Amino acid sequence: MVIGLGQLEATRMRTTLVAAFLASLVECVEALTVVLAVGSVRGWPSALAGAAAGLGVLAAIVAAVGPALTRIPLHLVQLVIGAMILLFGLRWLRKAILRAAGLIALHNEAAAFAKEAAELRGAGVARGWDKLAFAATFHITILEGTEVVFIVIALGAGGSGLMLTASLGAVAALLAIVALGFALHRPLARVPENTLKFVVGVLLSAFGTFWVGEGAGIAWPRDDLAIPVLMTAYLAIALCLVPICRRGARAVSTEKVEG
Amino acid sequence: MRWIQSVAREVVGLFVDDGSFAGAILAWIMVCITLLPRVAAGARWAGLALFAGLAAILIESVLRFSRRTK
Repeated sequence: MVIGLGQLEATRMRTTLVAAFLASLVECVEALTVVLAVGSVRGWPSALAGAAAGLGVLAAIVAAVGPALTRIPLHLVQLVIGAMILLFGLRWLRKAILRAAGLIALHNEAAAFAKEAAELRGAGVARGWDKLAFAATFHITILEGTEVVFIVIALGAGGSGLMLTASLGAVAALLAIVALGFALHRPLARVPENTLKFVVGVLLSAFGTFWVGEGAGIAWPRDDLAIPVLMTAYLAIALCLVPICRRGARAVSTEKVEG
Repeated sequence: MRWIQSVAREVVGLFVDDGSFAGAILAWIMVCITLLPRVAAGARWAGLALFAGLAAILIESVLRFSRRTK
């Protein structure tokens, strides 16, 4: 079967777009939980101003770092970014496997919202401009946004046009979460966060492996088609590990009940 | 300035939460970029070797965590 270069490029763009969207979605959900908690307890003007200021700082970072990356040789960018994305992606995948197996607790947005709201209620009432609300939403936007920026740079550094594709994926995730936040006015507790992290962990691990290989001068069989093969392989390993770990965890809890 | 420290901690935390896991990944990458282009230049199994090492590190780390929680 002969696959054209255009088709390969389109596959790569689609994969980058989906990976950036899903990974950014997870981070945006976490930021939204805090922004909603701050806005509902302390008032919306200061909360939204903090989030907007955070987005402004992040946009400045992207504007500064993005063009600088194009001046570094591609194989070096792929090697360094590939190594970073591997650390990031395999860490997410490891954690998602352990969460799916019940070995570590799932992230609970409703509980995070309640905790944040309780802390803010106990902090006293501000007159006029609420510095605490501004600082809280600025802080969370910078924290989660830095992760989104990294994801965009990591996914977009692999070739020409991918940075724009990855950015579009991240912006789409942000707009989707902002729209849902406005519509629901409560944390998105039903977003299957661990499933998203599982999928994104697989995607990032595959991209990272491919780019480290490219950066090191390794020849992949069938070039870009190695990426979906790597994704399938990581997914298969992860899906095999979940029941193995779950059996171990169940055996432990049974022993504890019996003991 | 506390928020800068917090962001810096968060950025490091993006890559590292289990030191030995992150260390093993970096060590394997170093081995691969140092040795593979010399011993397997152009060989199709070079990519497989890179992947196999990373997969083994993931499996070992998950199983080690699983055993530790028993």
